[in-house]
Amino acid sequence: MSSSTELTHPDNQPQPPPEAPLFEKPVSRFGDRVFSSSAMGAGVLILVILAGVAAFLLVEAWPALWADPDEVPGGDGIVLYVWPLLFGTLLAALFALLLAAPLAVAIALFITHYAPRRLATALGYVIDLLAAVPSIIFGLWGLSELAPLTVEPTRWLEENLGFIPLFEGPASATGRTMLVASIVLAVMILPITTAVIREAFLQTPRLHEEASLALGATRWEMIRQAVLPFGRSSIIGGAMLGLGRALGETMAVAIVLSPSGGVTFNLINNGNPSTIAANIALDFPESSGLDINVLIASGLVLFAVTLLVNMTARAVINRRRDFSGAN
Amino acid sequence: MAKRIEVKDLDIYYDKFLAVQGVSMTIEPRSVTALIGPSGCGKSTFLRTLNRMHELVPKARAVGKVLMDGHDLYGPQVDPVAVRRHIGMVFQRPNPFPTMSIYDNVVAGVRLNNKRMKRSEMDALVERSLRSANLWEEVKDRLKRPGSGLSGGQQQRLCIARAIAVQPDVLLMDEPCSALDPISTQAIEDLMLELKQQYTIVIVTHNMQQAARVSDVTGFFNLRSIGEPGGLVEMDETTKIFSSPSNKATEDYVSGRFG
Ligand SMILES: Nc1ncnc2c1ncn2[C@@H]1O[C@H](COP(=O)(O)OP(=O)(O)OP(=O)(O)O)[C@@H](O)[C@H]1O
Ligand SMILES: [Mg+2]
Repeated sequence: MSSSTELTHPDNQPQPPPEAPLFEKPVSRFGDRVFSSSAMGAGVLILVILAGVAAFLLVEAWPALWADPDEVPGGDGIVLYVWPLLFGTLLAALFALLLAAPLAVAIALFITHYAPRRLATALGYVIDLLAAVPSIIFGLWGLSELAPLTVEPTRWLEENLGFIPLFEGPASATGRTMLVASIVLAVMILPITTAVIREAFLQTPRLHEEASLALGATRWEMIRQAVLPFGRSSIIGGAMLGLGRALGETMAVAIVLSPSGGVTFNLINNGNPSTIAANIALDFPESSGLDINVLIASGLVLFAVTLLVNMTARAVINRRRDFSGAN
Repeated sequence: MAKRIEVKDLDIYYDKFLAVQGVSMTIEPRSVTALIGPSGCGKSTFLRTLNRMHELVPKARAVGKVLMDGHDLYGPQVDPVAVRRHIGMVFQRPNPFPTMSIYDNVVAGVRLNNKRMKRSEMDALVERSLRSANLWEEVKDRLKRPGSGLSGGQQQRLCIARAIAVQPDVLLMDEPCSALDPISTQAIEDLMLELKQQYTIVIVTHNMQQAARVSDVTGFFNLRSIGEPGGLVEMDETTKIFSSPSNKATEDYVSGRFG
């Protein structure tokens, strides 16, 4: 022991025995080891699966990327083959988002700040339940119920708002349009988007809500002053997670849309492009040889776009965490 | 500006739980009234009924009368939002809006009142409010920076500036210094003495010296016994409460011989 340590320990206090250090290394327990290694394993497994999928897509898409343009379906090469599909995918997903995001914000606000507690809980369950409905059911609903319902309104849109490119027409007689596909997608992404936003709204610090109310804010003013600014990045994050889902959604679009491969913003006629996922689902069973590689190449594009959107969404949501209300 | 508050036979409930019973008091304008008492006796609860913040708690209610210059704050036609525009509040923990700049924090309440205001008027109001809160010199060069970047004491003074920018009649403060260091506390106590020229101030505090230093009148709250509702035991000139209170419990409490 050095003299300085002895100074701090008067003689009448027992000194720790030198062989027992003050801060021992903790005993490693069996449960700790099992937990940490299984958590680690699961994390690694996910990375391996993701890498495997990416590798599969790359390998299988490779021949299509370098194929003679004439051999690709459509005869204009892989880029012109994928482009309308990518366009259709983005159009359907973005329009769905445009419908779903404001609705999700409104529902989240209603649940967290307006509805009486019981109604709020019930409504929360219903929204979560929407997430549990298989997408094929949504597709069938869109095809048999929603599509016929839209025939009349789209005619009206064509006649009265036809100058807007979105509603140029001619309105489809069957209703199997991009508009219906987007509405179905919007319903499908509503739960995830609402859930993320609702969570953020619930976490608005009471402190800030009270600050606003004590200044004499009405409920809506309080929401604008305290809740929305606090939840802003979660709204963006939730919307982008929804967008990621809409991009990859297959069955609902495959069932609803009757595509014809054009590149157009027209939502209500029969000339819409399909989406990548729906196109793969519909064409894959009848394809062989290079056609399969081409489909997989389109899948690779979808994979990249979805990955990008999801990563951006995660980044936005995490940034909010750093921000943490600045108490 | 500076109104008198009269409370008559006020009972305050959280759902079925009677938290505070039978409070009657008069709070004089242009003075500081301090509320002291042990933890859990209902000081915050009482304070929050004065600007109807209390009813934000689900199923919470108050029975009795609270009059401001004769107007019943709990009258059937009265909008609680309007009440809060007249009776401002400063909280225990500083709570500036984190997403707003210092400037926007100060005018947050004014913007709510939907007053159309010229830029120059707004600037003047910000300067005046920050000066009243003794914060102007410290922040005048960074008004556009976020309010959450200030120190705790500065944040609390920012909250006071925000509260007085709307020119309330009454200012309620619930332990405004309990999260602050002695220097910031000093600054806010000085501020209270200045503000009482214009406002009616009610402050809840656990700091006996603080009550003695800043207040003109002191009210002592206590629980009658465990499990009983809290209530106002005694209210008098601060000098009297701290030198010769008429109630034994008050005397024990202010002299530190409590419990
Ligand atoms: N939101 C609430 N719901 C139910 N009961 C509450 C609520 N807030 C306070 N109470 C109860 O009301 C009583 C008074 O609480 P209050 O917070 O007013 O005490 P206080 O005097 O401010 O105490 P402190 O000095 O610790 O701040 C306590 O018994 C408390 O448990
Ligand atoms: Mg309190």
